[in-house]
Amino acid sequence: MKSLRIGAGAGFAGDRIEPAIDLARDCKLDYLVFECLAERTIALAQLSKRQRRSPGFDPLLRERMEAVLPLCRPNGTRIVSNMGAANPLAAVKETARIARELGLHGLRIAAVTGDDVLGEARRRISREKNEDPLEHLVSANAYLGAEALLEALRSGADVILTGRVADPSLFLAPMIFEFGWALDDWNLLGQGTAVGHLLECAGQLTGGYFADPGHKDVPDLDRLGFPLAEVQENGEALLTKLEGSGGALTIRSCKEQILYEVQDPARYLTPDVTADFTGVRFHEIAPNQIRMSGARGTARPMELKVSTGYYEGFIAEGQISYAGPGAFSRARLARDVLASRLSWIRTEDLQLSFIGVNSMHGEALSTPVPEPYEVRLRAAARRLTEPQARKLMLEVESLYVNGPAGGGGVSTSMRENIAMDAIFLPRDPVRSSTTYEVV
Amino acid sequence: MKLREIAHARAGDKGNIVNISLIAYDEADYPLLAAQVTAERVSELFAPLIARPVERYAIPGLGALNFVLHRPPTESVTRSLNLDAHGKGLSYILLNMEVDVDRNGSAG
Repeated sequence: MKSLRIGAGAGFAGDRIEPAIDLARDCKLDYLVFECLAERTIALAQLSKRQRRSPGFDPLLRERMEAVLPLCRPNGTRIVSNMGAANPLAAVKETARIARELGLHGLRIAAVTGDDVLGEARRRISREKNEDPLEHLVSANAYLGAEALLEALRSGADVILTGRVADPSLFLAPMIFEFGWALDDWNLLGQGTAVGHLLECAGQLTGGYFADPGHKDVPDLDRLGFPLAEVQENGEALLTKLEGSGGALTIRSCKEQILYEVQDPARYLTPDVTADFTGVRFHEIAPNQIRMSGARGTARPMELKVSTGYYEGFIAEGQISYAGPGAFSRARLARDVLASRLSWIRTEDLQLSFIGVNSMHGEALSTPVPEPYEVRLRAAARRLTEPQARKLMLEVESLYVNGPAGGGGVSTSMRENIAMDAIFLPRDPVRSSTTYEVV
Repeated sequence: MKLREIAHARAGDKGNIVNISLIAYDEADYPLLAAQVTAERVSELFAPLIARPVERYAIPGLGALNFVLHRPPTESVTRSLNLDAHGKGLSYILLNMEVDVDRNGSAG
């Protein structure tokens, strides 16, 4: 029976590159997939492209390609990635440049475009809403499905770079292509989507975002290996990782990841299928080898999800620490002083919290502590103009000289914020296309 | 007993939605989770953070429950001022919940 080896080379834009190199070098992969596009990543890329601060593709594209292209080429491993972000065409040109620099020949590199639907989104939103948020709408990207990648796969592309494509679809496309699955064989697409969903966050399947000493121990987390799946023609898969790499791929880590970012597990919506994970079963064949089966599917949703990004001014934050006797009292005084000095910020747009006390779960849900040895005051505010953001940072820094005793270690930062929402569009106006560059 | 002694959990985010999976270490403890970790109790637990009641989905085949929390629109990943804007650490609020192991059979 034919089988396919697909590796996960990244689970987010900034992910570690070493585990991807290990996969590319030692795992005899048919496909290496890099998932690098969180909800907001593409909007930030659009903004930075528009302001000509960057070409709009993944900032680590060069580093990743330089590392894995020379390893993938001799093994015949094809690379699939959404590192094209806001500019797949430029990403393809850059990849071709890198391939030439590396002395690689005969490489076919494809850009899949069509996810950018800003024009259509503007028309729809103005039709549906009376208020005008359009001034601030900076991006609208439809989630393309596996179907959008099929032309590039059929044409023999060695590297396929996309913008917004649903994460599991990046993995499902090679399965559809290699096994000749029908685009309405919902059970197979459901099972393939489950495989893609398990792989899309890379190290989160193999012990990342998992370890809890004494409860869930993970060996050699510092050398965490990324997962790969050996997928059968019937969609069943053996999930594993490189022998000798760190981490642990267990039934428990698989159960956590199959439900990650899922709402109704019987109706996990992608552009390809409505996947049903409720029948999924995991069996441990050997250490770090888990067999997965039992996912199903029903018809794909009629509409496509579109991520819309709105410009919302600046977010600024500042922090200062207090330690030793009376640390918490001094930090509380600093908070009161700061609240008064920042009273020009709307209450709902300002947050003051204490790191080490209540900054993660909020005041209402944090168990009160008597007197921490040290505590860090944190101020954060949103919807600011650039001068207001600078003002907030200076007010925190001024606590050195104009605040309580013994405050130290100020840090401040500010950034332009793009807030994401979602709308749904009919499939019709969303058309993907494929462009090639041959080295 | 704390839930953390018999179950593990992972939080995920999409916009202003956070899901928290709750998975029995031993599948024999799943009925206890299903009986005691109700949508009502979890809604009450997370009340300060959520805009409407928590939805609960059961996946008995995995010995797991999935809770879906709807935060207010201003508390989405891309708008929240919280240090943990994603809500990645929220699973540990759930794991701190008390369950009565004598009521639905023994745990462990």
